[in-house]
This record gives sequence, structure tokens and C-alpha cells, in this order.
Amino acid sequence: MSTPLLKTAMTPTNAKPGTIALVIDDEPQIRRLLRVTLEANGYDVIDAANGADGIVQAAQGRPEIILLDLGLPDLDGVEVLKRIREWSRVPVIILSVRDREHDKIAALDAGADDFVTKPFSSGELLARLRTALRRSQPAAADAVFRSGKIEVDLAARAVRKDGAEVKLTPTEYALLRLLVVHAGKVLTHRQLLTEVWGPNAVEQTHYLRVHIAHLRDKLEDDAARPKFIITEPAVGYRTMEAEN
Amino acid sequence: MNDGDRPNPDALLAALQSEAARTQRGRLKVFLGMCPGVGKTYAMLEAAQRELKKGRDVVIGYVETHGRKETDALVEGIPQVPRSRSEYRGIVLTEMDLDAVLARRPQLAVVDELAHTNAPGSRHPKRWQDVNELLDAGIDVFTTLNVQHLESRADTVRQITGAEIRETVSDGILDDADIELVDLPPAELITRLKEGKVYLPERATSAAQNFFREANLTALRELALRLAADHVSVDTQEFHRAQAGAGPWKTGHRLMVAVSASPLSESLIRWTRHMADGLKCPWLAVHVESSRPEDEAAQARLEKHLALARTLGAEVIDTADESLSRGLLRIARQNNVSQIIVGKPAAGHFVEWYRAGKLLRELTRESGDIDLQVVRAEKSGMAPARPPWRWRPAMDWRQYAIVAAVLAGVGVGNALLVSFTGPRVPGFIFLLAVVLLALFLGRGPVLFAGAASALAWNYFFLPPKFTLIISSTEDGVLFALYFVVALVLGQLVARIRAQELAERRREERATSLYQLTRELAQAGTRDEVVWQLVGEVSRVFESAVAVVLPAKDGLEPHPDSSLALTEKELRVAEWAFLNRQAAGKFTDNLPGSENLHLPLATERAVLGVLSLNLPDKSLPLGRRDLLEAYARQAALVLDRVALRAAAEQGKLVAESERLSNALLNSISHELRTPLAAITSATSSLAETRNPEMGRTMVAEIQEAAARLNRLVGNLLDVTRLGSGHIRPKLDWCDVGDLIHVTVHSLERELAGREVTMEIAEKLPLARLDFTLMQQALANLLLNASVHTPADTPILIQAIQEPQRLILNVADRGPGLPPEFLQRIFDKFFRAPNAPAGGSGLGLAIVKGFVEAHGGQIVAGNRPGGGAIFTIRIPQTEKPPSQE
Repeated sequence: MSTPLLKTAMTPTNAKPGTIALVIDDEPQIRRLLRVTLEANGYDVIDAANGADGIVQAAQGRPEIILLDLGLPDLDGVEVLKRIREWSRVPVIILSVRDREHDKIAALDAGADDFVTKPFSSGELLARLRTALRRSQPAAADAVFRSGKIEVDLAARAVRKDGAEVKLTPTEYALLRLLVVHAGKVLTHRQLLTEVWGPNAVEQTHYLRVHIAHLRDKLEDDAARPKFIITEPAVGYRTMEAEN
Repeated sequence: MNDGDRPNPDALLAALQSEAARTQRGRLKVFLGMCPGVGKTYAMLEAAQRELKKGRDVVIGYVETHGRKETDALVEGIPQVPRSRSEYRGIVLTEMDLDAVLARRPQLAVVDELAHTNAPGSRHPKRWQDVNELLDAGIDVFTTLNVQHLESRADTVRQITGAEIRETVSDGILDDADIELVDLPPAELITRLKEGKVYLPERATSAAQNFFREANLTALRELALRLAADHVSVDTQEFHRAQAGAGPWKTGHRLMVAVSASPLSESLIRWTRHMADGLKCPWLAVHVESSRPEDEAAQARLEKHLALARTLGAEVIDTADESLSRGLLRIARQNNVSQIIVGKPAAGHFVEWYRAGKLLRELTRESGDIDLQVVRAEKSGMAPARPPWRWRPAMDWRQYAIVAAVLAGVGVGNALLVSFTGPRVPGFIFLLAVVLLALFLGRGPVLFAGAASALAWNYFFLPPKFTLIISSTEDGVLFALYFVVALVLGQLVARIRAQELAERRREERATSLYQLTRELAQAGTRDEVVWQLVGEVSRVFESAVAVVLPAKDGLEPHPDSSLALTEKELRVAEWAFLNRQAAGKFTDNLPGSENLHLPLATERAVLGVLSLNLPDKSLPLGRRDLLEAYARQAALVLDRVALRAAAEQGKLVAESERLSNALLNSISHELRTPLAAITSATSSLAETRNPEMGRTMVAEIQEAAARLNRLVGNLLDVTRLGSGHIRPKLDWCDVGDLIHVTVHSLERELAGREVTMEIAEKLPLARLDFTLMQQALANLLLNASVHTPADTPILIQAIQEPQRLILNVADRGPGLPPEFLQRIFDKFFRAPNAPAGGSGLGLAIVKGFVEAHGGQIVAGNRPGGGAIFTIRIPQTEKPPSQE
């Protein structure tokens, strides 16, 4: 399912000229389309038609971002990701078809930065690329995160909405902190549970449901229509980053 | 392609032909002679050599040359299958190794002396049964036979020669056989005999002298010639019949022979078989069980007669009726019998003569359009003589003692009374005692009581006392009347009791059969049938029972069986299965095995084998009949169950055919419509310079692409549902979040609509598969958006009820036509005037996903207009407490 919510964050700005993007996909038509779209938006594009070639290109071409299809003829996409992750922190965005939630989760758990579901719109894809690129730049260590009315002061462990202090339990704060540190990125249930409750809690999704609901009650204008903490169905959650 | 790889067409054809030949029953060729020594074996081996030269695969299963040089020479060149050896009472016996021949699978097997009796412990008691099995396996057989060994001719031969014929062959085996008569004029044969060219066993020499007289030989020769001639005419008849294309029994005849324990029955049965042969018609052997008690010897004889009839190919029916003639006529009418054959009793035995005469009169009167044949029957020499009447005190001495004691007691009482009442009253008191005794005792003791009391009355009470002389005429008449009354009473009582006994036996049989039938009628599956059958048979026959059914590879005992079958017993069961004949204990097939195996066969198919471990030494006819009735009944029910399963399967296939047709129709339409939109929009786009039009075209393409994407998603879901791969991954879900995400994902499709979400306060977490439920809700929302006007609102509700979650999707559109409420969840169902844009799959998917959660969905109409879909998902688990 696409997430049209991102439209709000989608003011098309080109990437800094000469950003190298690697497209690993076995479909020539997709490679062609992506090349046209990305080049039109200021990227330099290199591509690979299979996993083995993709790994080589990832090493030789020094891409700053990788678009990786999960269904490759030679290697499983997740396997390609794992091999790249052995030596590189380059952001990787997964291209996958619908109904493969477990693949998406596996890829995210293996270190992918985001996923885009086929069929996708180019606007959506470009927005995801920008977010991933931005996160990979070591930003000025801003200890205060802002998104709309919400302000999280990571140094002071304080959360404010419309300038008013919001009381959070330690668990809620831990969860929120994790989400805002990775703002814009999908965090899987497993990642959230492991980080906040520890590795023994990975099956306890109800912890997450309850605390996310509490956070929404405290932070969202309308908890039933959340705009800040977004559900990625069956995969996890992401927080919307601050609008530029 | 390489030439060498190509199969040789001739070889292929030959292989096909031999394959076809193997699936058919083999042909039997009988070299028939009038007696030993005419050169049957020689003729047979000559013929076998000719076949060998023609290139056929011939083996010798068993040939006895008796060391004659000419014959030995003919054996050479034909491969022999080694005989099996067994030791019986210290003598080594060799027999044809049936299994080895079957395993060797020749095209033609040569097996000498069809009438031979096998060594004890062999699979069949008789060699002709071995031969039958070879024929069943598709192997042609050459064999030899002397005319006197034919079951139906045995009587005649005995009459001619006076020799007992012990080894006989069922006539049935000749039915499909080619007969080649090996003839030798009697004078020549006698010359050969004198020259020692005829092998005879040592001990038979003297008998042989008698047997090989010219007069005998001439008669035997005539018999053999006539048999061969009859057979030829039968062949011609069959040919004509095949030409005319008439049914199997063109003559419409159907014979029925009445069978009893009488020794005359045996030849009557043979005679009937003979006649049925001539008429080429089916025949029945019927025994009518009456209340008249039969002793054990008679019972054994009767069973032997019925077994003989069965061997000779009759359908055997055992029935019960108080009147013999009525029973016979009832069976005759039920079976469309054209002729009834009864025996004319030999003169001499008054009672039998009287009974037979009575039967004949009744049959003549009542038989109507059924012909009656009265045949002069002769006692078979082999039949045991009627056992002489003998005193059997061992049986009922206790009853006689009781009689004596009671009469003595009554006598003492009478002695006390007589001074008050006079001598006549004691007589009536005695009579009362006899009547009372008759209620409890058998016929003999009652007759004894009658006679003894009459004498006692006379001796002790009638004047002059203590003599058997009666002084007054009046007393004499009274005494005589008393005597007759007591005897008649005894007879009557005995008859009633016997009737009662027979009635009870019949009753028991009918009841247990009825019970089985009823239980089986309720069984719906094969397992249930087996369970009932095992239970009922082991209860009635007090035996461990196994039901053996065909499985993937070979036969397997059903796990509900109470009898464990060894590998060997399983093979016997297999034999019964393949040959559709009872095998094992109490049968002629592999009688050495421990268990009795009955095939569960209907006319259509063999469905399995019923195996019993009966501890008894013999299986009386009644029980055997009952058992066979059980097997037949079970087979019918098993067959019905199998047929029903096949019909279900057929229905499934038809249904899936219908679905795939609907799928093809729907898909081609659904896929082509958006594709057409895309194609036409892109071609316009390529030509237009108008930016406004360009934007419109792009929007059209996006719309069509979204529709295609949805369709592909639906098809995938339907396929997953169809293949049963939907297993919800249940997880704790926030229902509010679920609804919100769903509505949000349909932002574009629901654009401009008022969508109200009513989520109950404090709704607990629910165990759901988030993705599946999202898809289900999305399909319901899409459905509503397609089928209702764009300005009408849609409502989604989430309500918690005890133990279940309710989700409602309701609209204010035109509502659902009530007649379609049941069908809207069917795959590819589309209401006749539904707006375009649906594939007829969406609701089927919703139903499938909801049901995968163990829930249900119903469609209905809302008060105030519009449709409402209600999903109910059971929620039995409580959300675990946090931390």
C-alpha cells in the first residue's frame, strides 16, 4: 500500500547534483524508467540486472543510495542487502511488490532504510530517496526534534506540544525517542520491541499497540487520525520528520 | 532424432498385442479322452510342440509321462517349471508350483490331468482350481481329462462301469474351453493295455480289469463323443447368439432344483446342471428349511448338496417356510424360474413316498405357468446310508428320568385319591401330567410319558387291578382314547417346539441382518462402514475380524480391524480379493490358512475383504449364509459410499469448471478495459499538444493502472484463498488504527465522500491479521463506493460484544435486492444491473478472509435505506496485561 500521507512532505526539490544512485532490478523497463526519472531529478544513475552484479557495482560505483528489488533472478534481494551491509552503511531503499510483508520486514530488519511498494509513483519514490539521503548525512547534532506542533528535546528528555510540556512514562519516552531519532524511517515491530523492551519481548506486539495508542492520545490532535506516528500495516511505525 | 532411438513398429505392435492378451482370461484347451491310455498326454504334448515352433512362450507346469519313451521325447525342448515338493506323512509329493508358473508368466502352460487332487496343504484342493487361476492370470492352458471325471457325467459312468469316481471336475471349467477329443477304438485300447502301454497304479490293477471291458469302453467312448459333440453345438449356438446380438440367456429358461438332505438330491442336482447346460440357461438350487427337525447327519448331507450345487454353478438359495411347496413356489416366482425340478422318490420308503407325493400334488396345483419336471432320481452310491434308528440315551436320559419320577409321584397321589374318586379320575390326572411334561420335554420323552402313564393307569387303577387286562368295554375305549390322545399330544408338542426353534433361528438371523443393515445405512464414510461391520460381525460370530481394503500399494487392513493379519494371511486375503472368491479356512481355496476371507464384492466391483478368525471346526450353512449376507450388505454400502464420493468429486470438478469459465470471462473483460483505457490515452498523449488534455489523459492512465493493480491484488487473494494458503497471522491489533489506516489508504477512491468512523470507547486490542482485515475492510469500502452515489455517506463501526468484535460497513445507497443477499459473496457473482468496475471477487475475498479468522459476514439492508455488511470475529483471548 502506498502511503499518500507523504505527499505533505513532498515538495519536489532535486538532489544535490551528481548524487550517484544504484538501481538493482532485473526488469529492463523498470531500470529504464527509474534512470529517466532519477536523471531528470539530478541523480547520476548506474544499474545492475542481477544481485551479483549489484554487489560489485555497489563496491565499484560508490553509490550514495541504492534502490534494490527483492525479486532478483540470481540472489534473494535480502541476501544482496546483507552482503552490502557487511561493509557499507549506504542507504538502501527496497522495491517490492504487494503482499510480501514478511519480505519487507526481513529487509528492514536486515538494515534496509525504507521500502517502496510496486507499483509506485515517482513523486513518492523521490520523496523517500530524499529522506533516506538526508538521514545518511551527519546532520548538525540538533538535540531538539520538531515536527509540526511537537517538540522533543532529546538532551533534556522533554516533550512539548504547542509549547506545553507533555508527561510521558519512561517506556513511552523511550519509544518516542527511538522513533524521532529515526524520523522518516520505518521501524519494524521487532526493532522497536528489541530496543525498548529487550530481545525477549519481540513477540509482545500488544506492548507496542498500547504504548503507541497512549503516545497518540498524548501527542496527536486526533488520535484516530494520526499525523505524527504513522502505522505501516503489518510492518511497523514511522514518525513524520520535521518539514523543511 | 537418431534412428536407433526410434522404436521398431513391429516390436511395438507385438508388445501391444501381448499386453492385450495378458489382460484377458487365458484360453483353456482340454484334451478329452474316454479313459486312461488313449494318448491324451501324447496329443497334448504334440500340440504344445507345434505352439512352441510357432514361437509362443510355452512351459510345462506338470506332465506325467510315466517313463514312456515316445512321450518323453515330446517333452524335450519345452521348458519345465520345477515342481514344488511337500512331505505328507513321510511321502514326498510333487505338485505343480502354481506361484512359480504365475511368476514365469508364459503364454501357454501345459498341465496334465485336470481332475488331479493336490497334496494336502496346497493352495487349492484340486488341480482344476489351479488351472482356473492360471487362466485368470491370462495364461493359456493345455490340459487332459477323462470323461468320467466330469462332475455331471460321474453318475452315468458309475452306472456304466460300477466304479466309484472320486476325483471330479466342475463342468463349469469346460464352458469356455476348446475340447479336442482324443479317440481310440476300444479294441485297440485293449491291445495297448495288454502290451503294457497304459500306465495304471499297482493297486488299481484288479479294478482296472473290470473297468477296461469292451462294453464299458464303448459306452464311455460314446459318452466322450457326445460331450464333444454337445460342446461343438454350444459353440455354434454362441456364435449365432453373438451374431443376433441377443442377451446372454436367449432361451429365457431358468431352472430351479429343490434340494434336501435326501441322498437323492445329489443326482438331481447333477441332472439339473446337465439340463441347464443343454439349455444354456442359469439355474438355482433351493433348499426350504421347514420346522421338521433334522439330525446332524442330515444337516451335513444337506450342506454337501448345496456345496455341490454351488460348485456346479448354481445360485444357491436357502429359505424357510412351513410348507415346502409354498417356499419353492415363492422363490421360483421371485426369480422368474421357468421350470422346477423335483425328484421322483424311489419306491420302497413309505414316508418319503408319501411326502414326495404330497409335494408333487401341491406343486402341480399351485405352480401355474411354471413347468414341473419330475425326475427319477437314484441314490448316489457314495451317499451314506440312512442311519438306522437307534436309542440315544446319552442325549435325553435325564428327560426320561424326569418323566419316570413325575409319573411315579403322580401315581402315588392317584393311589391316595382313587378310593374317593374311582378309577377313571387318575387317568385324567395322568393326562394332565403328560400335557404339562410336554411343555418342557422333547418328543421322545413325551411319547414315553404317554405310553408309560397309559400302562400305569391300566395296571394300577383300571379294574382288574395289577393286570393289563381291562374288564369293561367302557374302560377299554377310554384306555384306547387315552393312548391315542397322549401320543398325538407328544407329536404335536414336539412339532410346535421344533417350529419354535426354527422360527427363533430365522428370527435371530433376520434380526442381526436387519441390525447390520440399519447401522450401515447410517454410516456415511468408509471408516464408519468398517467400524460398524467389524463391531457387528465380531459380536455375532464371536470372532476377531479384519477388514482389508485396497490402499495405494496393495491391500491393507483397516486400522479399526480387531484381527491382526500376518503377511501370509494378507496374501490369502489378496487372493480372495483378486479372484472374487472366498478363500482360507472352510473354503476350497487355500484351505490351510487360519482365517476365512470373504470378498466384499458387488456386481460392479470388489471393494475389500472381510477376514474372520473363526475358532469353530466347521461353518454351518446358516452361519455361512448369514456371513455372506453381511459381506454382501457391507459391499453394497461401501460401494454406495465410494460412488457418492465419486459423485462429490464430479460435482467439485464441475463447480471448478464453472468457476474457471467465469474467471476467464471476467478476467478478460476486467483486464482489457483498463488496458484499453491506457492504450488509447497514451496514443492521444503522444499526439496532443494541449496541456489540459495531456493532464486529463495522464489522470485516465493513473486511474486505469490503479484499477489493474486492484484487480491483480484481488486475483492473487482469490488464488490464495482457493489454494487454502490463507492462514491468518493473528496479532494484537488496535482496531481504531486498523480502520484509520484502511480509510486512509483509500483516500483517492473515497475522495469527496463523507466517511464516518464510529469506534467504541475503550475498545480492547483484538486478535487479527492486520493486513487481511485491512484488505477485507478496504474491499467493503470500495464496494460501497462503486455501488452508491458519490454524495452518499459511508459509515464504519467497530463495536465490542462479549467474546467478539463487530465491524459494520454501511451505506445509504439503493440497498441490496433481497433475492441476492445469499449470493453476493459467491465468486464472480455480480448483480444483474451492477455498475461497471467490479470483478465480482471483492466480496468473495472479504468472506474468505473473515472466515479465515473464524468469523462470519452477513449482508443486509439498513432501516432508513442502504446496505450494511456486518463482520463478526470471535475474540476469546483477553489482551494480556502490560508489563
